Amino acid sequence: MNDLGAAAATALNLVLTADPAVAQIVLLSLRVSFSALLIAALIGLPLGALLAVARFPGRGVILTVLNALMGLPPVVAGLLIYLLLSRSGPLGHLGLLFTPGAMIIAQAVLITPILAALSRQVLEGLWEEYAEQLRSFGAGPARAVPTLLWDGRFALLTVLLAGFGRACAEVGAVMVVGGNIEGFTRVMTTAIALETSAGNLPLALALGMVLMSIVLVVNALAQASRDFATRAGV
Amino acid sequence: MRAPDTILPLRAEGLGFSAGGIAILSDVSLTIAAGSPSIIVGPNGAGKSVLLRVLHGLLTPGTGRVLWAGDAARRQAMVFQRPVLLRRSVLANAVYPLKLAGVVAAEREPRARAALEMVGLAALADRPARRLSGGEQQRLALARAAALAPEVLFLDEPCASLDPAATRAVEEIVGTLAARGTKIVMTTHDLGQARRLAGEVLFLNGGRLREQTPAATFFNQPATPDAAAFLRGELVW
Repeated sequence: MNDLGAAAATALNLVLTADPAVAQIVLLSLRVSFSALLIAALIGLPLGALLAVARFPGRGVILTVLNALMGLPPVVAGLLIYLLLSRSGPLGHLGLLFTPGAMIIAQAVLITPILAALSRQVLEGLWEEYAEQLRSFGAGPARAVPTLLWDGRFALLTVLLAGFGRACAEVGAVMVVGGNIEGFTRVMTTAIALETSAGNLPLALALGMVLMSIVLVVNALAQASRDFATRAGV
Repeated sequence: MRAPDTILPLRAEGLGFSAGGIAILSDVSLTIAAGSPSIIVGPNGAGKSVLLRVLHGLLTPGTGRVLWAGDAARRQAMVFQRPVLLRRSVLANAVYPLKLAGVVAAEREPRARAALEMVGLAALADRPARRLSGGEQQRLALARAAALAPEVLFLDEPCASLDPAATRAVEEIVGTLAARGTKIVMTTHDLGQARRLAGEVLFLNGGRLREQTPAATFFNQPATPDAAAFLRGELVW
């Protein structure tokens, strides 16, 4: 309990004084995870919508693989990106390993299957409802994709949230490809892991509290917009 | 303004459709010409909705074919029993099919608003469509179809789940569209509605077209015994 009390005091102190080191770690965490979310959304949401409307041989296999990839262990994703980006790897010439760019790629790889699989589930129900009417309007499956993405926007917010939660909570992938370099690639989760193993529990807990507060705020905003959508009936 | 060419008459030859091994339509041949509304009547399960979907092109017939006199792709529209409204405003719902149909951007909103005006929903243009009452939703579906200015409008039991006041509003709109020259092809199991709207009646029973006659003839002197029984209110199948 002493640790928790001390951590709370430390956390409050760090936040109130806007400790530059902590601020940098928090900002980098947000930058990496939001960038990864943006990239994953640009790929995963249209992919999910396409899988919701299209029927082709092999679709079942793709869905199974996608669902399996939702459980991809972050360290494994990190390892794969590491191999691709390492100096001898196929993308080694980009010089991205141990940079925030590599961390963004790793998290994007991790959450794209999540966004695709979840949005496929959400949009398939919508497509069942819309299909006949849209076909009557002369819109085939390809034209339906943007329509479904727009009309499912509030449901997709929850999907994005799941992706963001996964991205900013994972530690394995960013640790492997980022290297946890202080002041450069250290994010909240890797800092927590480091401070814990170094015995600096109050600082680790303080960072943990900041991390949870951020997740809480993001979820509250999403919930508020869903409530708005429900009230407005859109 | 309608183009001088026309997609009517619509001809169907030997249409057959089955689902799961059960015949729903058998050997349906018909010709639908321009003019007053063609109303398809018959008991539940007669195949009315399936026939409408085959004619509209939503279902591919197992046998036979549907022949239009011209390119019908953008010249026909359909309103369903339960309107499927987009999760957008009333106006956006009316604009959407115009965009799909390739109407130039500047024309979309005026046309959509004119259609909303016609069905009495102009004041609700900014409301979320799915917050409308059942009758208003169906009127919006009609406005959406009317905005496309189709030559042929298919309606599948548009009043099946509406109260009498809403039914009357829908019938008035259908009458207005018919008077403007839109060919109405509509299914109903409500004989009173068929009497009120029909120019001609197509009586469908057991997946077969049993009669296609002017409305007055059908209601006064049905040619087939099952149509006579149906008119008397007996259960036929």
